[in-house]
Amino acid sequence: MDLLLRNARVIDPANDRDQTGDVLVSAGRIADIAPRLEVGPERLASVTVLDLTGNWLVPGLIDMHVHLREPGDEYKETIASGTAAAAAGGFTTVACMPNTKPVNDCAAVTQFILRRAEETGSCRVLPVAAVSRNLEGRQMVEVGDVRDAGAVALSDDGRPVMSAQLMRRALEYASRFDLPIISHAEDLELARGGQMNEGAVATQLGLHGIPTAAEAVMVARDCLLAEWTGGRLHIAHVSCADSVRIIRTAKARGVSVSAETAPHYFTLTEDALVDYDTVYKVNPPLRSRKDLEAIKEGLVDGTLDAIATDHAPHSSVEKDIEFDAAANGMIGLESALPLILELLWDGTLTPAQAIAKVTVQPARILRQPYGTLTIGAPADLTVIDPDARYTLDQASFRSKGCNCPFHGREVRGRVVLTVGAGRVRFSR
Amino acid sequence: MTFTRKDLLGMRDMEAGEIRHILNTAASFREINTRAIKKVPTLRGKTVIHLFYEPSTRTRISFEIAAKRLSADTYSVGTSTSSMVKGETFFDTLKNLEAMKPDLFVIRHSASGTPQRLARRTSAAVINAGDGMHEHPSQALLDLLTIQDHKGHLDGLTVGIVGDIAHSRVARSNIWGLNKLGSRVIACGPPTLIPHDLQQMGVEVSHRLEDLVPDLDVLMVLRLQKERQEQMLLPSLREYATYFGVTEAKLAGAKPELLIMHPGPINRGVEISSEVADGGRSVILDQVTNGVAVRMALLYLLLHREEETA
Repeated sequence: MDLLLRNARVIDPANDRDQTGDVLVSAGRIADIAPRLEVGPERLASVTVLDLTGNWLVPGLIDMHVHLREPGDEYKETIASGTAAAAAGGFTTVACMPNTKPVNDCAAVTQFILRRAEETGSCRVLPVAAVSRNLEGRQMVEVGDVRDAGAVALSDDGRPVMSAQLMRRALEYASRFDLPIISHAEDLELARGGQMNEGAVATQLGLHGIPTAAEAVMVARDCLLAEWTGGRLHIAHVSCADSVRIIRTAKARGVSVSAETAPHYFTLTEDALVDYDTVYKVNPPLRSRKDLEAIKEGLVDGTLDAIATDHAPHSSVEKDIEFDAAANGMIGLESALPLILELLWDGTLTPAQAIAKVTVQPARILRQPYGTLTIGAPADLTVIDPDARYTLDQASFRSKGCNCPFHGREVRGRVVLTVGAGRVRFSR
Repeated sequence: MTFTRKDLLGMRDMEAGEIRHILNTAASFREINTRAIKKVPTLRGKTVIHLFYEPSTRTRISFEIAAKRLSADTYSVGTSTSSMVKGETFFDTLKNLEAMKPDLFVIRHSASGTPQRLARRTSAAVINAGDGMHEHPSQALLDLLTIQDHKGHLDGLTVGIVGDIAHSRVARSNIWGLNKLGSRVIACGPPTLIPHDLQQMGVEVSHRLEDLVPDLDVLMVLRLQKERQEQMLLPSLREYATYFGVTEAKLAGAKPELLIMHPGPINRGVEISSEVADGGRSVILDQVTNGVAVRMALLYLLLHREEETA
């Protein structure tokens, strides 16, 4: 069934388009875009026409950093539940991190994820393979093999590559296969025992602190190694001002580095932890107001290329326990869009800037042909009602995770339709 | 003054008036502890569960004695610090205990914030008997009572706290409490044991013990744990003792009426010399005695709340 989507505000940052008009989807691709499209009476029977007056139509959103937990921790999330959450959140593509059980460190696991996504998924899944076998930080994965199986990047996410030598060699070696290395930047020694951002709030709560330097020293190390090797580096979940400053400097020097932040780093601060609610426990931790402002500046000036959720579902067994023992992580797929839109409502970003950070920018980093409404491109698109005001309700989420820190937040802007490769994947 | 709190979780959110009320109540209970028959029927029929998820001798016994002298029925749960016992989470265990309808939980836990989270989930009263590095309010209250006994007042005093401030719930609770009652507080220790942005709690920071001694009316000495050497926080206990150990020599310039306090247990020769600990300025055992009276006051005020309002 073809789709004719009428009278939407079409925002396509990749093509500098922001105008009201019609989009025709045919055979799973973007067939045409124009201020007014007509279909002849002979085709009307095979075209679904939707009037989207008042809505925005943007490229299908891409989340380049999620944890789908399958294989291994299916009680927390599955590829089916995680991608259903993605579709409900407006995402048509997600890149999933390799810290599953077993770890995605070989072609067999990469292929398993892709097959499960094909069989059970509600959006496109791009596997990220590990840098090192079993995330142990010693021996590289077979990079060519995982790439040929479908991996789009390499990362030991969840734990850092502590060996500078391994990071150097991985950046060098992966450049032959044109895969970026996604760095979870954390010096484990500086972060050891830490429960939240180091500073006045941690001091008063009596919780061990994680200094911003635990992140920033590794960002600096990896930028230096990327400069030396010429490899492609992407910094995951940037949380603090120091990291933004270092990445900005590296980019100015021409280093091949990109970076993402997550919605919780531009909406929440360490002050959220005052009641010891473990839903706010995340790694890297929520930082100070000054860091939050620096993250916003990094988004404005392009130092931070992308916004990714770091969707990390957990069950109550990991979260509803003592603070010290509780797992890090928040779910994000079904709350991300309205939080990103907050950056529009407060004037931080233009609509094109904001949308680019969850569409064409992550697509470019991962060298994927998605995230645009270019005629002939796969018909991934998301329709947003920008004026819908509502309260985020975790009970309505598709994700199995119980750890949404935004439950109860009053937001504006809601996904009403998600189309992936021409198929309706979610509609409200 | 009526006491309307359900729980006693920390000094941070207490009002000066409430603190004074607790101290006055404690002072009135002291007499019971000197009788031949040290038991009154005040809390007969009340059930108190002591949850000690961290090793403790003096605090635990102090709470048990306090409860028993008031005729409450007491039960103790003490296990390892691990979050899961027999596959059950800590909060699931507590749900089961809650179902047995206790009136009050006394909880000590190695994880900061656990008493606060327990208090939100139970209709029973909760007393924090020490949580991680966060607060130890009954210790601060007995310290305040001890200072008041000896000085007659708390406002206008200068109180030094020397030692491992970073890991100390006693320091935090005392900083909040002393500030509220008008004392000036100076925290002293090596930079590795002074937590980030401590000054925002309303305390001055010094790294030289000898500089602050002449100003002090009270010096609280904190216990130094031997593990701090392995955590790269200190080169050795020997060097710690050299710069921060409280000795008669270091107190040479002190006011004659300086009080020396320590929450215990003490490491003789590390943070405090035997001469000082056992000397005329030391009120360490007065602190322990006052501990029972303060805990009786807390149990009484929290468990009598309902009847007064009923």
